[in-house]
Amino acid sequence: MAKGLGYLSIALGAAELLAPRAMCRAAGLNGMEPLVRSYGAREIATGVAILTSHNRAPWIWGRVAGDMADIATVATGIRQNGEKTTNAILTLAALAAVTAVDVMCASGLESEKGNRKTAVADYSDRSGFPGGLQAARGAARHLKIPADMKTPEILKTPEMSSSAQAAS
Amino acid sequence: MRALVWHGTADIRCERVPDPEIEDDRDAIIKVTSCAICGSDLHLFDHFMPGMKSGDIMGHETMGEVVEVGSAAKSALKVGDRVVIPFTIICGECEQCKRGNFSVCERSNRNKNLGDKVFGHTTAGLFGYTHLTGGYAGGQAEYLRVPFADKTHIKVPDSIPDEKLLFLSDIFPTGWQGAAQCDIQPTDTVAIWGCGPVGQMTIRSAILLGAKQVIAIDRLPERLSMAEAGGAITINFEEESVIDRLNELTGGKGPEKCIDAVGLEAHATGSIDSMYDRAKQAMMLETDRPHVLREMMYVCRPAGVLSIPGVYGGLLDKIPLGAVMNKGLTIRTGQTHVNRWTDDLLTLVVENQIDPSFVITHTEPLERGPEMYKTFRDKQDGCVKVVLKP
Repeated sequence: MAKGLGYLSIALGAAELLAPRAMCRAAGLNGMEPLVRSYGAREIATGVAILTSHNRAPWIWGRVAGDMADIATVATGIRQNGEKTTNAILTLAALAAVTAVDVMCASGLESEKGNRKTAVADYSDRSGFPGGLQAARGAARHLKIPADMKTPEILKTPEMSSSAQAAS
Repeated sequence: MRALVWHGTADIRCERVPDPEIEDDRDAIIKVTSCAICGSDLHLFDHFMPGMKSGDIMGHETMGEVVEVGSAAKSALKVGDRVVIPFTIICGECEQCKRGNFSVCERSNRNKNLGDKVFGHTTAGLFGYTHLTGGYAGGQAEYLRVPFADKTHIKVPDSIPDEKLLFLSDIFPTGWQGAAQCDIQPTDTVAIWGCGPVGQMTIRSAILLGAKQVIAIDRLPERLSMAEAGGAITINFEEESVIDRLNELTGGKGPEKCIDAVGLEAHATGSIDSMYDRAKQAMMLETDRPHVLREMMYVCRPAGVLSIPGVYGGLLDKIPLGAVMNKGLTIRTGQTHVNRWTDDLLTLVVENQIDPSFVITHTEPLERGPEMYKTFRDKQDGCVKVVLKP
């Protein structure tokens, strides 16, 4: 479904970008061609992102945000332009339907991946140190760091030099 | 034999392919007993790395048993030896190998011309990676041909299970080098971006090397819990400002040592610069997403060190080099010089100072590899590290 919404975004975006006047007429919006053209650019960018990203959920949520902007714009048009009300109401209905589909799709993608704010596993017992964390702290300090990876003495602060001597 | 074969973006299949054969006197063939999926395999899976061809066999974290040895490798290996195979192929004879700079071996990349063109000068050949690094068949397979096998191996004792040794091939020495090249002092705060497998190994390495304070940054609760278990203070970048928190934990001065264990596919979805990177990447105007690099360069204490074990592939945009220059930061990076470290690290494992198997969350048969790539990439099911058994 996400891929389909990506293609829909690009197609709609291209129409808004290339034929803003026709789109405005169909939606009952007069004098909003520059705004509709900018929405077209937004749709194309979102569509490309949906098709190219392996994590599509944020971009589908981006579509939902765009739907809200579209609905607000058409609603504003209804107030300003009485004689085209029918077209605008039909557009609003279509936008509401598309928004519902976008929300369903985004929610579905999120639930596929689980709620990432909740741990899906607990690894708090996996220190990797069989002798315990305290014993591990500094346990390999004696291993030699190659000269090409050492901080030149001249760049070390006196504090660094003295603590390194104390540790060795 | 069966092997995991790359066919395109997010298209890896378990297929039957011809068994490898000795092609050079210095080759050996090993029967793979364990292999793993690496975070850098995901850059190939997602096709962010150029130079892949359909039919390439994946995998560069491999161990097994020697089953055939070329005549020139017999002084170093014999049939039946148990070996871990480092992901970097090394000749052991060139000027760079003699200096211990194994990941830039001058002779092991059989596509040297490609490497020269893309990187200016060639790097070492790598198993199961792009054709820029030789296009050698990888070890997510039943058998692996090891070129320059007399040098490209780590002999391991029979008494220790695969799970504790396998990561000597890559992520353990990579995490170790990430920490070691910071030259950690007992007074240092070390900040590590990314709590994936390399990040987890880097955290343990920094603890073993005696850092005063280790701070780990990620967003996935289970990975943060693993980081905390290893001794790190954690920052969830989706819940708090990384910059503010790092400054708070260092008395406003910033960490002395900053380590990027994330690389080119940073997932900081909430920041403006990462949205910019996403958009540019979608339009093919930028290859990598360097959010972590920008953050490290900004927050690092003056005269500090930036260590970059995370993999980058190409061209990066909006890098605050002004901060690097004016603060006098040192940058150390590179693919891992695996064999430079493995004697010491094997000793740490044998002496039970560390058990690298802590990071394994999934062990599956090889044929489930394609599915596990997706699980690992999408971080489903608490996946941190996948080991495959051919």
